[in-house]
Amino acid sequence: MSSFVDLVFILVVVIDLFLLASSRLGASIRNVAIQGALLASLPLLLAGEGHHLGHAVLLAGGALAIKGFLIPWLMFRAIREASIRREMEPIVGFVPSMVLGGVGVALAFAFSSRLPLPDPGTHAFLVPTALSTVWAGLLLVVTRKKAVSQVLGFLVLENGVYVFGLLLSDVMPVMVEAGVLLDLFAAVFVMGIVMFHINREFSSLDTEKLSALKD
Amino acid sequence: MLLRTVLHLAAFLVLPPLVLGVVNRTKSVFAGRVGPPLLQPYYDLAKLLRKGAVYSRTTTWVFRAGPVVGLAAVAAAGLLLSMGGAPAALSFAGDFILFAYLLGLARFATALAALDTGSAFEGMGAAREVTFASLAEPALFLCLLVLARATGTLSISGMLGAGLPGAWGSAAPALLLAAISLFVIALAENSRIPVDDPNTHLELTMIHEVMVLDHGGPDLAFILYGAALKLFLFGAILSRLVLGRGDGALASEALFFLGVALFAILVGVVESVMARLRIVRVPQLLVGASVLSVFALVLLLR
Repeated sequence: MSSFVDLVFILVVVIDLFLLASSRLGASIRNVAIQGALLASLPLLLAGEGHHLGHAVLLAGGALAIKGFLIPWLMFRAIREASIRREMEPIVGFVPSMVLGGVGVALAFAFSSRLPLPDPGTHAFLVPTALSTVWAGLLLVVTRKKAVSQVLGFLVLENGVYVFGLLLSDVMPVMVEAGVLLDLFAAVFVMGIVMFHINREFSSLDTEKLSALKD
Repeated sequence: MLLRTVLHLAAFLVLPPLVLGVVNRTKSVFAGRVGPPLLQPYYDLAKLLRKGAVYSRTTTWVFRAGPVVGLAAVAAAGLLLSMGGAPAALSFAGDFILFAYLLGLARFATALAALDTGSAFEGMGAAREVTFASLAEPALFLCLLVLARATGTLSISGMLGAGLPGAWGSAAPALLLAAISLFVIALAENSRIPVDDPNTHLELTMIHEVMVLDHGGPDLAFILYGAALKLFLFGAILSRLVLGRGDGALASEALFFLGVALFAILVGVVESVMARLRIVRVPQLLVGASVLSVFALVLLLR
């Protein structure tokens, strides 16, 4: 069982690295969906003695529905309506951002064991995976130009926060968890509307155009 | 034990063209053709060896030395390789560095011979080849480091030897990542499809093929045979790395040769279902392989 959890964490990190390297939005969205589904399985896999099984099932089900299906569906709709397929010229190129991502992953795995945690009995890969996923999401938000890829970066960032939240899943009430997921859903919804308007106004989803003056 | 080593060296010298034949046959099955016979690469080599060679007056001894040095270096690398879990013919601590640089020497000789022709076209091919090789080399070293760390030895015989099944028990994720990365490197090093197309003769996109355009006869046979040996080397490492769990000598031998055949089929499948990447995207693939192996190494080191 423990090796299966290892595999889930490692796949999550590999998907982070893939997202940093990929220019195809469709493939990226699909990978974010897979990442979300993998993360949704974690509460069940990590639930051990003394955990609320009902809580874990609720958490996993909610995460799977929202991260694995609803948000990817919204994103696919967004790229279909805006008819864009690729991120063309990111501010930081694909190779440098992949190398940066690799450095971040290495640092996260090297130093996370030094972090003081409230519960030392957690899985060894949990914290480094959370940190490297947050780092990858941050890189995506900062370095991409298209609004869709920035939303994807935001989703990855939130995935990282979610992994970190698993540390506290016993302490965290269901209402807070539901609030976070609802927050995320609302954010993606709003961004979808914003994207639609940017697209209609400038006939492109390039956020650089938002900072140019217009008469 | 000696018998096994001799057997492996014989297999290393005899089987590689057959591996190429399997790759070609897989591709033709995918394309719905009958395809060339499995032994076609042997016939090609025999035909080329019977021919005479033509040398341009502008070339020097470097051009003639290229194929010979290339073949000799790859064959020497084969001496260091342990196959099927048996120790290699030659083995010492740190021999994986010699292994990597013997392959590097072969590439260097081929590139020099290409530059020696004075053709701008071959110079371009040589430049591309060494550019991609310089990106593939760190990835190869990182993979070998992962193996060294996982098994706790510094020789290829140790890395691919008896310690490997135990390492799969304790460090399976890292070894799996290293194997994926090594497969990408194998495709790049052997100029197979996502990186280079061995069948292409379109001037703009050739990488490896363009360097050997001016060689003919026995020289070309040496180059083709050397390329087949190199493919077999990578297939042998990957086969032992992924399938290296046989207990007895006979079982691990059988698994080993099965693994090499599977590797050849996999290469053929990849060539059939993938388009080659644009040349500007190739570094991205190779850097990706390096990043994966860094990740594997970090998993082991923490």
